Amino acid sequence: MSAPLLEVHDLHKHFEVGSPGFFGGQQEILRAVDGVSFELGRGETLGLVGESGCGKSTCARTLVGLYPPTSGRVLYEGEEISSLSHRDRAPFRRKIQMIFQDPYASLDPRQTVSSILTEPLRIHRLARPRERRLRAMQLLDAVGLNPRHIHRFPHEFSGGQRQRIGIARALALEPDLIICDEPVSALDVSIQAQVVNLLGELQERFNLAYLFIAHDLAVVRHICDRVAVMYLGKVVEIAERDALFDDPRHPYTRALLSAVPHPDPRIERGRERIVLEGDVPSPLDPPTGCRFHPRCVERGKVTGDLCASVEPTLGSRSACHLEPDV
Amino acid sequence: MPILDVQNLRVRFETHHGVVRAVDGVSFSLEEGETLGLVGESGSGKSVTNLALMGLIPSPPGVVEADAMRFEDRDLLALSDEELRSVRGNEISMIFQDPMTSLNPLLTVGRQLTEVLEVHERVSRREARRRAAAGLADVGIPEPERRLDQYPHELSGGMRQRVMIAMGLLCRPKILLADEPTTALDVTIQAQILELMQKLQREYGTAIILVTHDLGVVAGMSDRVNVMYAGRLAETAGAVELFDDPRHPYTRGLLGSVPRLSGDTDADLDSIKGSPPDLADLPAGCAFRPRCTFETERCAAEPPPLFDLGGGRSSACLERDALGQPEGGAR
Repeated sequence: MSAPLLEVHDLHKHFEVGSPGFFGGQQEILRAVDGVSFELGRGETLGLVGESGCGKSTCARTLVGLYPPTSGRVLYEGEEISSLSHRDRAPFRRKIQMIFQDPYASLDPRQTVSSILTEPLRIHRLARPRERRLRAMQLLDAVGLNPRHIHRFPHEFSGGQRQRIGIARALALEPDLIICDEPVSALDVSIQAQVVNLLGELQERFNLAYLFIAHDLAVVRHICDRVAVMYLGKVVEIAERDALFDDPRHPYTRALLSAVPHPDPRIERGRERIVLEGDVPSPLDPPTGCRFHPRCVERGKVTGDLCASVEPTLGSRSACHLEPDV
Repeated sequence: MPILDVQNLRVRFETHHGVVRAVDGVSFSLEEGETLGLVGESGSGKSVTNLALMGLIPSPPGVVEADAMRFEDRDLLALSDEELRSVRGNEISMIFQDPMTSLNPLLTVGRQLTEVLEVHERVSRREARRRAAAGLADVGIPEPERRLDQYPHELSGGMRQRVMIAMGLLCRPKILLADEPTTALDVTIQAQILELMQKLQREYGTAIILVTHDLGVVAGMSDRVNVMYAGRLAETAGAVELFDDPRHPYTRGLLGSVPRLSGDTDADLDSIKGSPPDLADLPAGCAFRPRCTFETERCAAEPPPLFDLGGGRSSACLERDALGQPEGGAR
């Protein structure tokens, strides 16, 4: 079998915060991504979920090369891209595109839609200048916008339409993989549904793979084939979608799923929630052993102080000392 | 007798683009101890409704009118600024979506909490501090004494939202207006905060108006739900009835748009076509008409009134009977 589209091996991204400067401040290491591994196949969607500060967005930005990784490897079709120079990386940049959360901030307000959509083609020297305009119009059509609006500016569109422009821009270079960083979180539900459906339609049409980063688990269930759950810089569970949602194994995944409110009063009123105590600890000083242990409701089931002293490894499914196959 | 009764509330803003009718003839009442959910998308007028109740609409450019806006036996519209100030934050209080912008970054948490008590109840500093600490303990903040001396930036998002709630409940208000109180929070923290709001409501009998776009939150919290669209009520019903059997095409579209954690998760979502209208340039007739799948010619004539459907339900749709038996639309 050929290599998967994307392989990530033990990726780390640490930031140094605080400066050792004049007043003798302390330099600390923020471990935003701390040993993440996964694979992604062609045409597949992998969800990356977790709460604020779990490292999911940093992970995405490191993958596309917006941040240099601290350590670890990223392979694209079996070829290592994480160590390439900016110039050698260019062909891969074409193949991996990104969509952002905020459709207001991710489009240049002074560029017309035409200029936004033809710019990637210009930079990568694709298509002849006069063909680029046509290509831009085709892209608008593909994302459900009127191609005649090509000379308009971003402010002339609604939030949902702007997100469509962002998607069209990501499609311009005919990528294999699109990294979607919370692409529908800023949209109203009726518009969110339109964009979710559009992403599904485009995936089928262009055989796209998505790395789909979101905190909304219902959206993730809807769109993903597999799901990885992150907590404090680490993947704590990774599984096929239905396995993860129907039979969550890691105590954190279970708590996360139980916290999602269901849009059905009958379900909502009757059920028991696992309410976690406290907040997510600081990634500057993660807990020893299992990073989730101070908040874990099941840690009493493990004998001794294993949870507080030994960090569980991610086996085939979940990084928990209770997992039988670890 | 309801604790709050609002009849034909209208809020308009005079802008360069023309008159924006942010709320256009909304009537509802609130019973003691109940939770009324207010749902709708951006620009539907749900937050403006709450701000109008609190007397917080800036004028100009805003103009607030109503046939009645009664809180217990007082007419909120007729109160002087001073009388309104003694109601606001005391008998009716409000919590906002973003605690980072609604807490004062320059004052300690303790100062902001004690100020509320000193203004409304004229208690001593020492007593105010004691009650502020008790208020923080109430909302599940560990080491409340120490937190009183911290500034908002020293707290996490969930902690700040708890401080907001503590502040909102400090004077044991009869009505709490909660505007997207958990939208900025992660789900596990949201679960903590919602649980807390319910617990405090049970203890103190506070009535809550909960503004949110999250239908899951509404389902879990509300006794009744008002659905708003383009400044008007589209539908109002008990929570269970609304989710089981929506009687307005917009409500139905909204419920179909929400992805679910269970059931058929592979089918396309039933999205609503188009986007919410520009309030300064509304279509003639029913504002939802351009996006509606039940539209007929008579929908263009005038905005439909709210029809009473019995059993505490009403719907502002001429074709409401055509929705009677949804073909799986509610799922």
